Amino acid sequence: MQTKRTIFGNRALPWLLLAPQLAVTLVFFIWPAAQAVRQSFLREDAFGLKTSFVGLANYRRLFEQPDYINSLQVTLIFSVSTAALALVTSLLLALALDRMLRSARVYTTLLVWPYAVAPAIAGVLWWFMFNPTIGILPYVLQAFGYDWNHALSKQDAMTLVVIASAWKQISYNFLFFVAGLQAIPASMREAAAIDGAGPVKRFFTITLPLLSPTTFFLLVVNVVYTMFDTFAVVDATTDGGPAQATMILVYKVYRDGFIGLDFGSSSAQSVVLMGIVIALTIVQFRFVERRVTY
Amino acid sequence: MVEQHRWLDILAHLTLILGVLIVAFPVWLAFVASTHESTEFVSGVIPLLPGGNALPTYAAVLEGGVSSQMSVPISLMLGNSLIMALAIAVGKIVISVLSAFAVVYFRFPFRQLAFWLIFITLMLPVEVRIVPTFKVVSDLGMLNSYVGLTVPLIASATATFLFRQVFLTIPDELMEAARIDGAGPMRFFRDILLPLSRTNIAALFVILFIYGWNQYLWPILVTTEDRFSTIVAGIKRMADVVDSEPLWNFIMATSVLAMLPPVIVVIAMQRLFVKGLVETEK
Repeated sequence: MQTKRTIFGNRALPWLLLAPQLAVTLVFFIWPAAQAVRQSFLREDAFGLKTSFVGLANYRRLFEQPDYINSLQVTLIFSVSTAALALVTSLLLALALDRMLRSARVYTTLLVWPYAVAPAIAGVLWWFMFNPTIGILPYVLQAFGYDWNHALSKQDAMTLVVIASAWKQISYNFLFFVAGLQAIPASMREAAAIDGAGPVKRFFTITLPLLSPTTFFLLVVNVVYTMFDTFAVVDATTDGGPAQATMILVYKVYRDGFIGLDFGSSSAQSVVLMGIVIALTIVQFRFVERRVTY
Repeated sequence: MVEQHRWLDILAHLTLILGVLIVAFPVWLAFVASTHESTEFVSGVIPLLPGGNALPTYAAVLEGGVSSQMSVPISLMLGNSLIMALAIAVGKIVISVLSAFAVVYFRFPFRQLAFWLIFITLMLPVEVRIVPTFKVVSDLGMLNSYVGLTVPLIASATATFLFRQVFLTIPDELMEAARIDGAGPMRFFRDILLPLSRTNIAALFVILFIYGWNQYLWPILVTTEDRFSTIVAGIKRMADVVDSEPLWNFIMATSVLAMLPPVIVVIAMQRLFVKGLVETEK
């Protein structure tokens, strides 16, 4: 690991400086995570009197549950739809902004502020707009003959959480796409234009390939966002329903742990989720390292 | 641009205007809803233009006690959110700047291990280890307190990485000069490192303030008493009514108040915000 050429010689001081960070990390991160791993191999009896070691039984039980398989599928559909919607919308906006010279700043200001809106609030706002009795969007949809009700229709509920989650993520993606587009040398596009490539052709042969590191980075960030930060969106809008249609993995951990009080299963779910985050983090960091050596 | 295409420019403007409208529309509706009386929502579709009832609604929401749906004054929740956001932002910055200093400017046994322990926090978001973390906090007697609300969230690998990166770019000569002049490590830290990382600290503060303000899951678990509830977490309790229609104008007024502080921070400090966002993700 990199350090300075010259360093301070103190022995105790660095530990003193690290102490607060390490204390918080050990007490509130490492210890609970270790507990989750330990719990996932144990099972408590109905009265919480006796715990016994059950090996991988909690995991086996988990993957045999139709509810959990359903939750995995729901999470996959939700993540992919939200990430796709948020990425495509923000790429379109960033491409449009890239043509602007004078008005770029104003548009940027008008587009970035939703980053500051809490996911829970984003959920409440869209829940209000989609409210079957008074919401504006069901009223519009009615005119097209569609009867919207996210409390009854699984598909409507999924659409609601996807739109609310994507809406909040647009500004973030937009900023990174704008930065990525600005990093593409103008000479490349000019050369292609001289060779007779039109705007659409230039986008697919030059802009999109050169933008792929940014896109890939954003894809990972967006998947992480949809898997963990969207807890609040789901809790504020659908509570995982109807009939578990929006029961994403993080929401299920919470429900099974705090409402179902099934700690063995909840811990096993936590461990599975940790595995997913660790995998995503490794992918993200490997990618960042590669970008540095370019 | 390479060539002049009138229609492309128009298309670009249209796309952006449409984007701005889509982004702003939900918030506009929330604002409109907060300016009408609650009776107007019973009739059917909500209006699209503001009404004249804004002042009484916001006054009632801030003072609290309008009805059973709102037992806690929102001003108190706003205060709690502010305390939480500030404590998390300041706490994260303080502990990470100290640990980054230790990791970069000292060599000591188990330095690598310490760095890895901090790195691991990146892979353990609260949401995935929620039950055991809640248990630790409750065993420590920290439920329903500001300490329980903030301290478990202040460990931060990203902030430590950011400061480590900043310190590595600071020339070694500065430290050598400081040592020749007889400055100890803490003196060097205070008089040279901190002033040099001032803009990084400010940029990070903007991001972390928003992060702290927008916390949801943790506050609803840790605070069961109303006097500790934060505005973002409290809004759900308000909307969850079983037997009657929700009081939309009050809920939307609360949503507007909950968004206002972080949105103002982002717009007022746009340059610092973008810097903070791009740097923390490196």
